[in-house]
Amino acid sequence: MLSTITRHPVLSRVLGAAATLLGVAVFVFIMLRAIPGDQITAGLGTEAAALSPAQRASLEAYYGLDQPLLVQFFTWLGNIFTGNLGFSSRAQESVLDLTLQSLPVTLELALFSIVLALVIGIPLGMMSASKPDSPRDAIGQVVGLAGLSVPAFLLATTLLAVLASSFGFNPNGQAFARFFDNPILNLQQMLLPAIVLGFGIAAPIMRTTRTAVLEIRSNDFIRTARAKGVPPRRLQVKHVLGNALVPIVTMTGLQFGYLLGGAVVVEQIFSLPGIGRQVLLGIQQKEYALVQSTVLVIALSFVLVNLFTDLLYRIIDPRVRAA
Amino acid sequence: MSDLTQAALAPGGGRTMQRVRALVRSRSGLIGLILIAMLTILSLFSAFGWLPHDPVAQDPPSRLQSPSLTHFFGTDQFGRDVFSRVAAGVANSALISVVAVAFAAIVGTLCGVIAGFYRGVSDGVISGVTNVLFAFPPLLLALSLASVFNRNWFTIAVAIAIVYVPIFIRVTRGPVLSLREIEYVKAATSTGQSRSRVMFRHVLPNITSIIIVQVTLSLSWAVLTEAALSFLGLGTPPPAASLGSMIFDARTLVSIAPWTMIAPGVVVVLLVVGLNLLGDGLRDALDPRNRGKK
Repeated sequence: MLSTITRHPVLSRVLGAAATLLGVAVFVFIMLRAIPGDQITAGLGTEAAALSPAQRASLEAYYGLDQPLLVQFFTWLGNIFTGNLGFSSRAQESVLDLTLQSLPVTLELALFSIVLALVIGIPLGMMSASKPDSPRDAIGQVVGLAGLSVPAFLLATTLLAVLASSFGFNPNGQAFARFFDNPILNLQQMLLPAIVLGFGIAAPIMRTTRTAVLEIRSNDFIRTARAKGVPPRRLQVKHVLGNALVPIVTMTGLQFGYLLGGAVVVEQIFSLPGIGRQVLLGIQQKEYALVQSTVLVIALSFVLVNLFTDLLYRIIDPRVRAA
Repeated sequence: MSDLTQAALAPGGGRTMQRVRALVRSRSGLIGLILIAMLTILSLFSAFGWLPHDPVAQDPPSRLQSPSLTHFFGTDQFGRDVFSRVAAGVANSALISVVAVAFAAIVGTLCGVIAGFYRGVSDGVISGVTNVLFAFPPLLLALSLASVFNRNWFTIAVAIAIVYVPIFIRVTRGPVLSLREIEYVKAATSTGQSRSRVMFRHVLPNITSIIIVQVTLSLSWAVLTEAALSFLGLGTPPPAASLGSMIFDARTLVSIAPWTMIAPGVVVVLLVVGLNLLGDGLRDALDPRNRGKK
């Protein structure tokens, strides 16, 4: 029974993802325990020193800090399963509500950035691969290297400074508009951050495309197709790019996952109320319950994106299905 | 037998020189090498205190001066010399990145080799931990870890190291898995050598080129992570110079004193470009498939 499950290609992936998530929960829990002081000191700051031992004990009982660690862990985990991610005392809102507001912002930004990155990265990679060591390859490589090497925060600050001071264009100076409230302002506010992130992600996608295309072009079936008289454009798109899709999809999925939370710097610079910024605010305001739950949500989305990418191969590549 | 394999495997002087020559011949490797050498010299100057000005000394009367012969890159809003601060920032960034990557490479490689060579329970545990650490976006993990510790350069290096340990585990475990099935490793085992001796004498030397390339590329990510952390105010605490916090401070000054942004910005890009080019060059130079090519 067990071996049929562990051998089943899809089920074993899902089980693996679940195990990873449990590990993530343990890791996040331990990390919070490692913070100097506890939730009481973190919440009250210097006032915590003024607590009488009795007050402290009652607060500890309130937060469940007097329970054994294992009990605390499972209480926390149980709460999460019932949707109770904790309460942010500064925002006076539940962490679940905060997350439901910030996650869509990050998802929209991530989607926008990935589309831009694919539109730049794939053609650039194919252009580079079409004639290795030629000037056009050099152009592609230089753009790729720039994307890998220019820090997002540098590009973002420069863009913002130049556009705002020279052209007066700064949609992010206004309060954030949700897509369904004001789609035009929302898209304007998403444009610059998506360009910054998209440029950075286009680089690994360009490099992956270039390597994959070069490798596939040297295969016999491409020579056969060419000999059969397949038109060059069709050969490039259907035969070469079609086979290069697996590594490109892997890289895209990985980068999409990184954007959930990894976009924190760009969200901060452009004042986008996304999930990365929620973590950063939690860290700055020492609201560890907020940090703990949000990081867990991000890791959960990351694992789900990876699982989805893994399962997507089976649709793209029949060879994986057979294996 | 084992002497023969060792002779064939040992990266003797001749082979090393060949690889260095291959690295220098590749254009990207040479440019990377030059950039990194220049920036290393700059950070050594800072480490020995051979800078034109004290990087943290404030001098309000001479604030926001444009670049001149006394202040190569001008001064910032407190009258501090931007050139000296950039040099100190490179040194700070290099120190944190090198310590972080060294730690990640040693721990990660050891775990990866053990997991791949011994398999079994150790593999299960190590791969499980790797998967858990990979479930976090790297910058977010570094950010959360940096907030847990009391901040100083060493704890930031540790936070960055923890993020990069799983990468070294993953890049070493795979090759070791296939190496342990290769005849000469089996032969070494059958001659009665202990497993740890086989691991250190026959397996580890064969993955050094993978590790060297990974170290170079990880250094470039570590530089970017450290800069991002200090940009967000979670890096090296002020007043110590850090490239990320210099760029953060320059945001509001860029229209009146663009040099405060350009100097640290250009240097951080050169540092990362240099490391990326060096990594690419090393990968080509150390790849046995490229041997014998011009």
